[in-house]
Order: sequence, then C-alpha cells, then structure tokens
Amino acid sequence: MPDTPAAPAVLDAARLRALTREFLAAHPPAGTDRLDFLRARFDAGLAWVHYPEGLGGLGAPRSLQAVVDAELEAAGAPDNDPRRIGIGLGMAAPTILQYGTPEQRRRFLRPLWTGEEVWCQLFSEPGAGSDLAALGTRAVPGDGGDWVVDGQKVWTSSAHLARWAILIARTDPAVPKHRGITYFVCDMTDPGVEVRPLRQITGEAEFNEVFLTGVRIPDSRRLGAVGEGWRVAQTTLNNERVAIGGMRLPREGGMIGPVARTWRERPELRTHDLHQRLLKLWVDAEVSRLTAERLRQQLVAGQPGPEGAGMKLAFARLNQEISGLEVELLGEEGLLYDDWTMRRPELVDFTGREAGYRYLRSKGNSIEGGTSEVLLNIVAERVLGLPAEPRTDKDVAWKDLAR
Amino acid sequence: MSTQPDLLHSEEEEALRAAVRDLLTDHCDPAGVLARTESEAPHDAKLWKALTEGMGLAGLLVPEALGGQGATHREAAVVLEELGRAVAPVPYLTSAVVATEALLACAAGEPGSPVGDLLGDLASGATVGTLAVGLHTAPHAPFPAVRRENGTLHGELTAVAAAGAADVLLVPAEDGGLYAVAAAEADVTAQLSLDLTRPVARIVLDAAPARRLGEAEPAVRRALRAGAGLLASEQLGLADWCLTETVRYLKDRKQFNRPVGGFQALKHRLAALWLEVVNLRAAARNAADALATGSAEADLAVVLAQAYAAGVAVHAAEEAVQLHGGIGMTWEHPAHLYLKRAKADSLAYGTAGAHRERLATLADLRPPA
Repeated sequence: MPDTPAAPAVLDAARLRALTREFLAAHPPAGTDRLDFLRARFDAGLAWVHYPEGLGGLGAPRSLQAVVDAELEAAGAPDNDPRRIGIGLGMAAPTILQYGTPEQRRRFLRPLWTGEEVWCQLFSEPGAGSDLAALGTRAVPGDGGDWVVDGQKVWTSSAHLARWAILIARTDPAVPKHRGITYFVCDMTDPGVEVRPLRQITGEAEFNEVFLTGVRIPDSRRLGAVGEGWRVAQTTLNNERVAIGGMRLPREGGMIGPVARTWRERPELRTHDLHQRLLKLWVDAEVSRLTAERLRQQLVAGQPGPEGAGMKLAFARLNQEISGLEVELLGEEGLLYDDWTMRRPELVDFTGREAGYRYLRSKGNSIEGGTSEVLLNIVAERVLGLPAEPRTDKDVAWKDLAR
Repeated sequence: MSTQPDLLHSEEEEALRAAVRDLLTDHCDPAGVLARTESEAPHDAKLWKALTEGMGLAGLLVPEALGGQGATHREAAVVLEELGRAVAPVPYLTSAVVATEALLACAAGEPGSPVGDLLGDLASGATVGTLAVGLHTAPHAPFPAVRRENGTLHGELTAVAAAGAADVLLVPAEDGGLYAVAAAEADVTAQLSLDLTRPVARIVLDAAPARRLGEAEPAVRRALRAGAGLLASEQLGLADWCLTETVRYLKDRKQFNRPVGGFQALKHRLAALWLEVVNLRAAARNAADALATGSAEADLAVVLAQAYAAGVAVHAAEEAVQLHGGIGMTWEHPAHLYLKRAKADSLAYGTAGAHRERLATLADLRPPA
C-alpha cells in the first residue's frame, strides 16, 4: 500500500470516456437486465455526472454528460426513458439535491433516476394558477410530529402513475402569502390521495385533479425549512424553464411542416387568401426558428441573452395560428375530428394526430408553464426594465386576501 | 449541403459597431439630422467623409487589391445597423453596397481597368455612386432602361435614391449594358420625398456621355439582392432605436401619478415589439451571413429577411409615435424621421408582399392555379 493515495485523475472528456468504457466492459448492455444496468450506471456516477459522487454523479462539469451519453448510445445501452419521468428528472431531482437532507437524497434520487419511481408535481390549484403563491392547500401539524394535508391540486401530469409528488402547501395562513408556504414530498399511495383524470378540450386527459384529504406526511419528508417553501419552489420552477428551449429544429420542423406538406400535395385546397396567410406564417415560423438557433449559439458561446424569455410566447402564437390555418385549409375535412374518446396518453406530441387535435391542443400552449400574459409582463419588467405591476398583496396575511 | 449560419456578432464586429456608434453620437445627433432635412444639403458630406476617409467603411465590400478593405457583408451590415439607428443622411447603402455590388458584378478584374478604378473611387468614399434604378425595385422585378443613341444615353429615371449625393450614376440601357454617367452630365432633380433622410431624385439624360461597364442584368440583380439583404440590418437598427427610445421615455413620462410605462396595456405592446426586434435580429443576421459566405441559400435568406423586416420597422416606428403621445406627432421630435424612413424602407428593394411572392417559388409553396 502506498503511503499517500494517488492524486485523483482530472475529470475531463477523455477520463469520462474511459470510465464509461470500463463500466460498459463490466456491464455489457446485451447481457444485463435493463433495471440492473440502470442501477449500476447510477452507482458508477454516470447517471448525471454533474451530481455529487454517491448520488449518481462524479462532480464533473454538466457539459461532459454528452460524452457519457454518446458512448452508452454507441454501445446500445438502455436509457431511463426520460420523457416518461421528466418531472422527476427536471424538477424534483434538482430540488431534492439542493434542499434535501442526506437521508432524503439517498432515499429518493436513485429510484427517481432509474424510473422505478415516477414523480409528479402538486403545485397549481383551481384558485392558484398565475398567482401560484396564493395556494390554499393546508398542511397543519398533527400528532406524532407529522403533517396533515387537505386541499385540491390540478393540472398534474403523471399523477396516476406517480409514486411520489413534490407538494407545496400553506403552513401559516396568518403571514403574507409568500412566507407561509412549506415544501413536502408527498406519498401518492397514501389513502387520502385521490387522483381523478381531468378531461380536456381535445377529449383526452393528459392531466389530473388530485384531491388531498387528511393526507399524513412525516416531518422527515419536508424539503427545506417550514415557511421557506416558496424559495424552494423557485428552484423547481427555474429548472422547468431551463428544460424549455435548446431544441434544434430543421426548417419546417415544427407545426408549419404538416401544413406545408398538405399545401404541396393537395393543390385543389389552395385559395389566394390561404396562400397569403400561409406565406406569412411560414416566414414567421422560419424567423422564429432562426431566433432559437441564435439563442442556442449565444448559449454555446457563453453569452446567454434574454431572448429565451420570448421563445415560449412565439411558440404558442405560431402553433395556434398555424394549426388554425390548417383546419381551414382542409375544407370539408376541417369539419371532422379524429377521436373524442377519453384516453390517458402517456406521452404528448403537439404535432401528433390530426389538424383538429393540433388546433385544440395548442390552445394550452399559451396557458401551461406561464400564460402569455404573465410572460409579457416578465419581458416588460425583467428585460425592458419597465415598472412592476402595482401590488396590493405583498403585506397582507394570506387569510385576508380577496378570494 | 447547408451549414449553420453564424447568427452572432463577433468581438471584432462589436468593436466596429462601437466605433461607428461613437462617431454618430458625436456627429449625427437627431437635432442636427432634423435641421439638415430642410437645408440645401440633405446629405451630410462631413459625416460621410468621417465614415469613409476616416474609417474606410465605404470599401468594406471591395477587395484590398482594388483599394477596399476586403471585408464582408457581415461588417457592412453592422455599419448599417448603426446608420439606421441614427437615420444618418449618408449614401452608404446606395453607394457602398448597391452601386459597389453592381460594379463587382461587372468584369472588374484588374486595378487600372475602368471598373476597377471606379470601385477604388467608391471604396475610398471620394466618389459617391448610385444605381439609377427606382428604390422600390425588388431584386427579381423588371427594371427600366434608357435609350442609347450615337454613344450617348437618353431617357428619364425616377425615384432614384441618393442621386442628389452621387458623383456617378450607374445606368442600365436598352442594349443590355450598364453604363457609368457622370452626374454632372445628367439633369438630377430632387423629388419631394416621404423619407427626409434618404430623398429620391429624378434623372433626365439628354445625350449624356456614358461609358459601358458590363452587362446590366446580372449587375442589377446582384446589386438589388445585396441592397435588400442588408437593408434588413438598417431596419433592425431603426427598429431597435424606436423600441429603446420609447421604453426610455415611458419610464420617465408620468401621468395619473405614475410612470406611463407601468401600465400593462403599454408594457405588453412593448414586450411584443421587443420580441419582433429579437426576431428581426436573427433574420437580418442570417441574410448578412448568407451574402457574406455566398451561401446557396442566399436568395432565400434575403427574401425571408425582407418579408419580415418591413413589418417590424414600421410597427416600431408607429409605436414610437403613438406611445410618445402628442410630442411624437410634432416636427420637433425625431420620431417622424424614423417613421418616414421605416415606411419608405418598406417599399425599398421590394415590399414584403413582393418578397413573399418570390418565397412561394423558393420554398415551393405555389399559389392556386
């Protein structure tokens, strides 16, 4: 045994490539059970390399994950089906990492990443949409040091599949709204949790309503301090916005693609009015694509600009106008709809299905993840520096707010 | 095979921008521009000299061997962004871009050749040139040509931009040639123009001596395409000034005991306008980059930029006038200079509609039978 341990190798791309190859040699994808492989990958620190050692990472730069992913993909390794567990990966995990106790991190992160445990997010309420901090779900201390939660949450994706939820609830109604919120991990198998599908204008139910009645949450599943929930939630929501954008689309890669194809293939549908509108929207879509590409180039060059704030606004407007045009273009077929059956789709593709579905589903694009009206305020205030909206709610106890 | 366009501004390009902006801040303030519009000299010769002799900017598109800077459309676009921001009354777009491109399309070749010499003169800024084609002509549209008889030119051309500032006119003739005519040999009359800072003129040629430079068709097409593509950068600078100045004013202006910029109806309009300007920046940069690299998609990039830019520039200028309220409607406030330039620019080198029509072919989105 040497007296002093060897200096740790520098975690650069070459080192990560070597580590990944060693791992693949020890766990050949072809001969390894999928779940065993994913668990071993997590334990080897190759799940999310920027996470700390022991929690699925190596404390390496986040950008090096691409090196690992490329090696694994080339070897035909299974992945953790990230689209199925997006809320866990994108929102719950960074929050648990930043605010969780060592015990919470150990308990939750591994099965979250492998997909053994699906997560959902219990934030929005019927009475708290854009004004999320006004939420009214109550958490009161029960006997035995746990919390008793009562309330209703809404627009919850994956609630019917989830083992766990990140939950914000009101623990002190006597202080102004932002200060009386606490952040919890909620067990979705608790008998007080009732999940009901929320049927939407497309006929199907991507989302759920979640009714919480006397749900008991041990204090050991609180994330962050009592009353600090709003601050903890900012971590969750900021990571939600990081996940938007960064997608690189080819020309006609978005909603304009199916319309342009129909236009080319079916000349009998063409009219002069539709032609002018189509050309305008084609220009808008292509310019918007270039703006997204410019934003991506800025990020790569290490000069992130404020342009990202506007991308979702443009995305929503374009999807709505283009799909609206498409229904008109189809003429008689525009009077039809592909399927009103109440279904529970596991994955959502905005450009999937028929024109009528696209038209209806895109109505949600200007509501979900921040309404266009709120986003315009954000651009005006944070980018242009215009005065904030007058606030009458900042110094009023939550219980005294108008409702 | 298409590569990704570089849509950013490099450090060197930002340094160039800063230098041009400094010069314009010192020598092209709105009050001075306004006063000049009603003077005998609508073009600012002193500013032109500082931009050209002082900074060498008229020669950006001209190879070094011919006395230019050997730079590209990317740098020229940055200059135009700043000139647009200042509605500077200098013939940069018409001489250093459009006339220069027309000459570059002629068999320029050697220093010492007539075309090469003229390019050198334009590159130095000592000579100002203009293409004698109406400013409203789209790159793919028909253009007028004058008669050639006994070696001289005869005819009338109207709506020629910056002809009043030009020393040499580049004139297409019916025989298919592009000719150089000394402005002194032509009758150039200013037309009372919507755009006070880039007025147009009527040119009458009556047995004007002319020297043949090359073929008109390819020269005019290339010149107008570059003009249209880089006009988008001028429109970007103009729109950005309108947005920035309006935001600044609305933070300061108070009514109902609060800054007017705090009213949500106005905040949302300005945020929407910001989004348009951000988009225009990408579209203009894409066109400049495509022209600079000689991309196979340059036609599409120019058409896309011009189908988008006019709407943004005019919207920005109209919002500037409206949101400034009464002061925005006065002669004294410079907003009208921007509105007039923006509206004239919406016709320059083809309307957005003309470019969309061209797009129908380029993007294979054909009209109804």
